[in-house]
Amino acid sequence: MTLTLAFRNLFHDRVRLAVTLIGILFSIVLVAVQLGLYLGARSMIIATIDRADGDLWVMAYGTKNFEEAQPIRARDRYVALSTPGVERAIPLVTAFTDWRKPTGGSTLIVVVGADPENGGLAPWNMVEGDVSGLGVRDAVIVDKTYLAELGIKQVGDTAQVGASRIRVTGLTEGIRSFTVTPFVFTTLNRARQLIDMPADNITYVLVKLSPGADIEKVRTDLRSRLSADSEVLTRAEFRQRSLNHWLFATGAGVALLGGAALGLIVGTVIVAQTLYSSTKDHLPEFATLRALGSSSGYINKVILAQAGLSALLGYALGMAIALTIVYLSEHTALPIIMSPGLAALLLGLTVAMCSISALAAINKVMRIDPAMVFSK
Amino acid sequence: MTAAVAEAEHEVDQASPAPVFLEARDIVKELGHGAGKVRALKGVSLTLNPGELTLLMGPSGSGKTTLLSIMGCILSPTSGSLSIAGDSTEGLSPEQLAALRRRHVGFIFQSYNLFPTLSAEENVRLALDVRGGRGSQAVVDAQRALYQVGLRHRLKSYPGNLSGGEQQRVAVARALAGSPSVILADEPTAALDSENGLAVMGLLSQIAKDKSRAVLAVTHDPRTVPFADRILRIEDGLIVGEERRTEGVETVHELSRNRKRKANA
Repeated sequence: MTLTLAFRNLFHDRVRLAVTLIGILFSIVLVAVQLGLYLGARSMIIATIDRADGDLWVMAYGTKNFEEAQPIRARDRYVALSTPGVERAIPLVTAFTDWRKPTGGSTLIVVVGADPENGGLAPWNMVEGDVSGLGVRDAVIVDKTYLAELGIKQVGDTAQVGASRIRVTGLTEGIRSFTVTPFVFTTLNRARQLIDMPADNITYVLVKLSPGADIEKVRTDLRSRLSADSEVLTRAEFRQRSLNHWLFATGAGVALLGGAALGLIVGTVIVAQTLYSSTKDHLPEFATLRALGSSSGYINKVILAQAGLSALLGYALGMAIALTIVYLSEHTALPIIMSPGLAALLLGLTVAMCSISALAAINKVMRIDPAMVFSK
Repeated sequence: MTAAVAEAEHEVDQASPAPVFLEARDIVKELGHGAGKVRALKGVSLTLNPGELTLLMGPSGSGKTTLLSIMGCILSPTSGSLSIAGDSTEGLSPEQLAALRRRHVGFIFQSYNLFPTLSAEENVRLALDVRGGRGSQAVVDAQRALYQVGLRHRLKSYPGNLSGGEQQRVAVARALAGSPSVILADEPTAALDSENGLAVMGLLSQIAKDKSRAVLAVTHDPRTVPFADRILRIEDGLIVGEERRTEGVETVHELSRNRKRKANA
């Protein structure tokens, strides 16, 4: 009967129910979008690092993230290759530069250069052309999300980067940059040419360890052989450093998480207010329940059931809207990710939010004087 | 049954005292604080016996409702003792008092206090649910209680669609559900017209005939007097009089029945 009573109390006043549900829905959508953007951002930041075939990364000392790296000496690759426990050492070049659109104007891009035949970092999620197409003269591969941004329409279109002409020979899907700066994949030498980097420079050395090699030992050895201008990070360390930089040092992640927290607070306040006012309206009934001998636990169950029902209804509606937004953002430069984990977290947060909201109502009912049943 | 056995049983009945379902001794209740403190009850003692409808009558402010609240374990006395079905209320916490109410007390309120969002049957089932009655047995028990008060045809009706008399009958069914030892009614006829008021009093009088419970109604309605087995008069926080219906005095039921018989003859 507690559930029946909670359900009837809830649906008795449709306007109040609508206000409650809008509060929860608003909160869920806001939190889903903020956390979804956070996950999307996180995924974009670490995508290139996770995709690169390197157990250890050699880079310029103090490099903060994948895109913004300073050059190191190309011979660091050979230093790595001569270190015991290293199976392969693949050079990689990245740098910001300008892309001059065929339609006029220019846009900033991140050139990523690596020779696909060496492993390292090749474009993935190809939807048109293939990686071997990079062997063609002037070839580059870009993501279809950025076609408009790059001023091109399809494979085969040409543009200019620096003083060089390039031709798009393939398209990927879903390789997006957190900085909303398109990645342009090409070969190592072509990348050097596009960004005007001397032949004795590279940006990273991706170190692949021999099977059974001790990563810490190899790193220590490698560090001792490299100059003080370079440093060696594991994949996990570089991933974490990039995340820390983009999400926390720039404040972007804090803003996203702050927005999510704000959504939770606003939702909790709205739900608490409507639940409290509903409970206040039903006080004579709760007093009657108390007079009939119900325990505090029984009355708490009714209020919590009301909160729980509100949570489930609000969650269902909120998720429907959030999933629509996620779907619409799928092919944009800022995708929102809804993972099963995030969906479960949102459900937990909604239930917790409604339970916390119920506390004020429970506190009110616990102070109820059952003698009010005799007031005429 | 032989005459000798019947005589022997009658003697036993007379010899053993009637069980007491509720006993209040020297109840004092002070309300308010400091200079505003009022002594609402000044040492009330009473008992409620099974099979009896007791009326507690008195003017406004005499302490009727305060006494009812104490007998229903809703208020605690400032001093004095109360026991219901043998259980003392002394030193009990609000939760323990609620448990005592759950086990032994059924309430009928002046304003019915039904849950507007629940049907008649659900209102009664809620009272059973509070007492731990669940499932199909609770449905059967709730329906039985509503049949008992003549609302067989109104099981699924909501309070808003019931007349005042019907609502009060649902409240009576709710009080009956769970078979409490004591039923306490607060001005049960005050919100009803004469016809419905008499019908509800008739119902209470019938219910009170059951030897498994005692019924007390607080009232200032003189129309209720003929239904009473006993009347307690309270004034200024003290019981000032007790009248018991003597054998041979007809109740309203008996009067009406006899009138019908005479008319038919």
